[in-house]
Amino acid sequence: MIAWTFLTALIGSCLLFLLPRRWRDSARWIALAAAVAGMVPVLGALANFAAAAPVGDFKFVLRHPWIETMGIDFHLGVDGISLVLILLTAIMALAGILFSWNITRQPQRFFALFLLIIAGAYGVFLSLDLFLFLVFYELVILPKYFLIAGWGSTRKDFAAMKLTLYSIFGSALVIVGILAAWFASGRSGFDLTALAATDYAPGLQIWAFPLTFLGFAILGGIWPFHTWVPGGHTAAPTAASMLLAGVVMKLGAYGALRVAMPLFPEGLETWRLFFALLAAVGILWGACVALAQRDLKFVIAYSSISHMGFVFLGILCVSLVGVAGGVLQMVSHGFIAALLFAVVGRMLYDRTHTRDLSALGRLGLRRALPFAAFVFIAATAASIGLPGFSGFVAEVLVLLGSWSSFPLLLVPAAAGILVTVAFGLKAMRETFFAEPVESTSPPPDYPPVTRPEYLGALLLLAASLGLGLYPQPWIEVVSAALNSEMMRVIFP
Amino acid sequence: MNYSNFTLYLLPEIVVLLTALGMVGLGCTPACARIGGRGFGWIAMGGVGLALLVLLCLPGPATLPEAVVVHDPLTRLFKAALCLLAVGTLLLGAGGKTRTEARAEGRALLLFALIGLMVVVGTEHLLVMFVGLELASLALYILVAFENPGPRQAEAALKYFLIGSVAAAFLLFGLSLLFGISGSMELRGIAEAIAEMGADPVLLAAIACILVGFGFKVAAVPFHLWAPDAYQAAPVPVAGFIASASKVAGFFIAAKFMLLGLGASAGSADWGGFGAGWAPLLAALAALSMLIGNIGALAQRSVTRIMAFSGVGHSGFVLAALAAARHEALRAVLFYSLIYGLANLTAFGVIGLVRRSRQSDEMAAFAGLGRSSPLAAGALVLALLSLAGLPPLAGFFGKFQLFAATLSGGIDPAARIWLVGLALFMSAVSLYYYLRILKYVFFAEPAEAASDTTADNPSRAVFIVGGALLILLGLFPGPLLQFIQAVLPHAR
Repeated sequence: MIAWTFLTALIGSCLLFLLPRRWRDSARWIALAAAVAGMVPVLGALANFAAAAPVGDFKFVLRHPWIETMGIDFHLGVDGISLVLILLTAIMALAGILFSWNITRQPQRFFALFLLIIAGAYGVFLSLDLFLFLVFYELVILPKYFLIAGWGSTRKDFAAMKLTLYSIFGSALVIVGILAAWFASGRSGFDLTALAATDYAPGLQIWAFPLTFLGFAILGGIWPFHTWVPGGHTAAPTAASMLLAGVVMKLGAYGALRVAMPLFPEGLETWRLFFALLAAVGILWGACVALAQRDLKFVIAYSSISHMGFVFLGILCVSLVGVAGGVLQMVSHGFIAALLFAVVGRMLYDRTHTRDLSALGRLGLRRALPFAAFVFIAATAASIGLPGFSGFVAEVLVLLGSWSSFPLLLVPAAAGILVTVAFGLKAMRETFFAEPVESTSPPPDYPPVTRPEYLGALLLLAASLGLGLYPQPWIEVVSAALNSEMMRVIFP
Repeated sequence: MNYSNFTLYLLPEIVVLLTALGMVGLGCTPACARIGGRGFGWIAMGGVGLALLVLLCLPGPATLPEAVVVHDPLTRLFKAALCLLAVGTLLLGAGGKTRTEARAEGRALLLFALIGLMVVVGTEHLLVMFVGLELASLALYILVAFENPGPRQAEAALKYFLIGSVAAAFLLFGLSLLFGISGSMELRGIAEAIAEMGADPVLLAAIACILVGFGFKVAAVPFHLWAPDAYQAAPVPVAGFIASASKVAGFFIAAKFMLLGLGASAGSADWGGFGAGWAPLLAALAALSMLIGNIGALAQRSVTRIMAFSGVGHSGFVLAALAAARHEALRAVLFYSLIYGLANLTAFGVIGLVRRSRQSDEMAAFAGLGRSSPLAAGALVLALLSLAGLPPLAGFFGKFQLFAATLSGGIDPAARIWLVGLALFMSAVSLYYYLRILKYVFFAEPAEAASDTTADNPSRAVFIVGGALLILLGLFPGPLLQFIQAVLPHAR
């Protein structure tokens, strides 16, 4: 049942790759159908989650032998953490397709690659076997490259290659760590729960943890390995930016939380402060650099680095509050960053063909595209953490967590929030509230905002608001997952 | 010796030999022009196909006296794989224009090389192995320069020949030393004789000499210098044969020879605990090959040369697993060599197509291939990404298993992680140059006068079968792996 999440995406992707060129206009409908079909099992899991019988720490467990010689199973399962993240993936898949409705250049290939990323993301969040996890984790790398190099803008070749190499080097580190754990646990298999239950020698954990954690964190955009983020997000086509910021960076954070930390808890204890420091620096650094950018996409990309810093700071608190905050921040940032990229990449850039703040300001966009202005303002409000939006809940939890774990790191983190407010308001003012050159002339005539754009924006806004206004059930499922036998080992 | 048995178990080789001789004979008659290159191609394929059939019908496992011919499921698998790779090579060569003299003899030489490789795979006797290696090498030296004689081809063939003959001399010297101290010509006899010998200086000298021979065959650094020139000068199908079949046989015999014959004097390649023997030597060769192969490939503009350097790197990966000196490594190495051969043959097929229609194998010549010939481009993507080790292609599991095998044995997982770390790092580097090729294939605008690159039907068959197998073996490596595991010879 739960496997249909990525199976539908994979089937859709294969269909699209084989789609004859003359039917390419139907490509977006096929993609939409695949995304909706993938959402069905997610909603099913959501509805039945409380009632489902757990197998160990997980529900909806599916386990088949796959490569028996190596002890590798096709092993899937859902707990609270994966549940919120597959929900995020399902919503992002839908929103991404809605915001790429106007793709005209080889749409069948575009959507096929898009669905491959979605399939990989679902798979990563659901895998309970580390080999299977790696398969999905690396499945995501190539489609990113082709999406950016094929459909991107602004130094796309360089950015795509840089992003791909960062990803592959990150996963090389991860594989070293996983192989070390597999070896030390007696080479019996790659079952995540079994590997996490093994007590590894401190001498191993002390080097295996930083390798694995860093490998994942590179994909999560941790400072100072974040430099692939701005170029990559800016060069990517809108839907790919949305996925990169919304889902792909979360794969890294999820891997760090799900694999690196439970596998090597003693290594975590030793290295915790170091990585938390990097995360806190990232929060402040990303925000400050965002303040200095003139390209609106760069502003959002750097804000992603800052927000992902909160994710890492949260999970490294290793307290229930902090980690739950980190997980919620993954989801929240997914919605918000995607929304911002959608406004900038689709609503503004596709119509005005500029992303330069001063150029945008001269266009009188507030009157020309009021819906874009509304969405951007709402998303900025969410991004700077106004109460009511998801960002507020998540960041408060992270700050509470770090209050007890790393009180000193509150300083850069809080300063980061202040700077976020500054660049958020600045971007908003310069884009929509600057005085147009001739304020009396009628607003320029842009194509009106289309129905898919309305739908996608409202979907993401609703998701962020829903999480922000009623966070309780989500906090509960995530906390329950953190209290499970497997995840409990990360708490000191 | 029972000669009827001898004939029976060599029947596949004899069938190929008779076909080859028949072709040479036909080539001298006036019928030669009427049959034409394509006709000889079909005759050769018929002969190899018949040999394959005979091979599969041979009765159960048998070892002829002194292990001159060993017929068991494993050798049968590898002989069959070699035959299939030869058929693939012939199919790829079917569409090319060959000069009149080369029609019959060129293909006959390929069959002679095939016989040599089959003999190598099917024996555990030192001298027979040497004769097989020489038979294959001599045929390949000629083939490099046979079809289009010119100064570059002559230089490459001479380089190949000189390095090859020096390596053969070393190999023969090493084998004679080995015979001298063990008094046996068979692998198993040698294994028994040297079981108690430890790090005997003569034995170590023998091992060093033998490694020179194998190092040349699999193009490991520092015996790799012939590879880039030979690959580039040779007709592309021949280069494909050298890169696939010849290497598969090289990996097979090196793995079998080292692990079964010399297993007792492996020493250790553990960091900080190096022990005299062939393992540290192999580890050094492996590390050098990975480094020089993959970094060398970065500087190349010709795709054939890139493939040659990447092949050097892949030899490094395989030798690293062998340096673990554990029986488990055998399975990984054998599995990987098959996949490697398949991916290489497919890739060379596409390179041949481009070189035929655009008279160049520079990366720029690949521009626009994605649009003009989607099938070939798709096959190239699958082959290169499998070589780079990305899921869901066969190369991912192959490499994963290979790196896992590199760790096997030893007490401390940290001991050999240096090799694995280097391998993973270099594997990430390799993605860069593979992607550079793919960038031209999909995103570069072809030169205006670019001729059309439609594949002929035989090549198409290779692309489809190769690509499909790479995906299938990536998704379901279990059966092949289990087969290899079940038929592994056991060290006594």
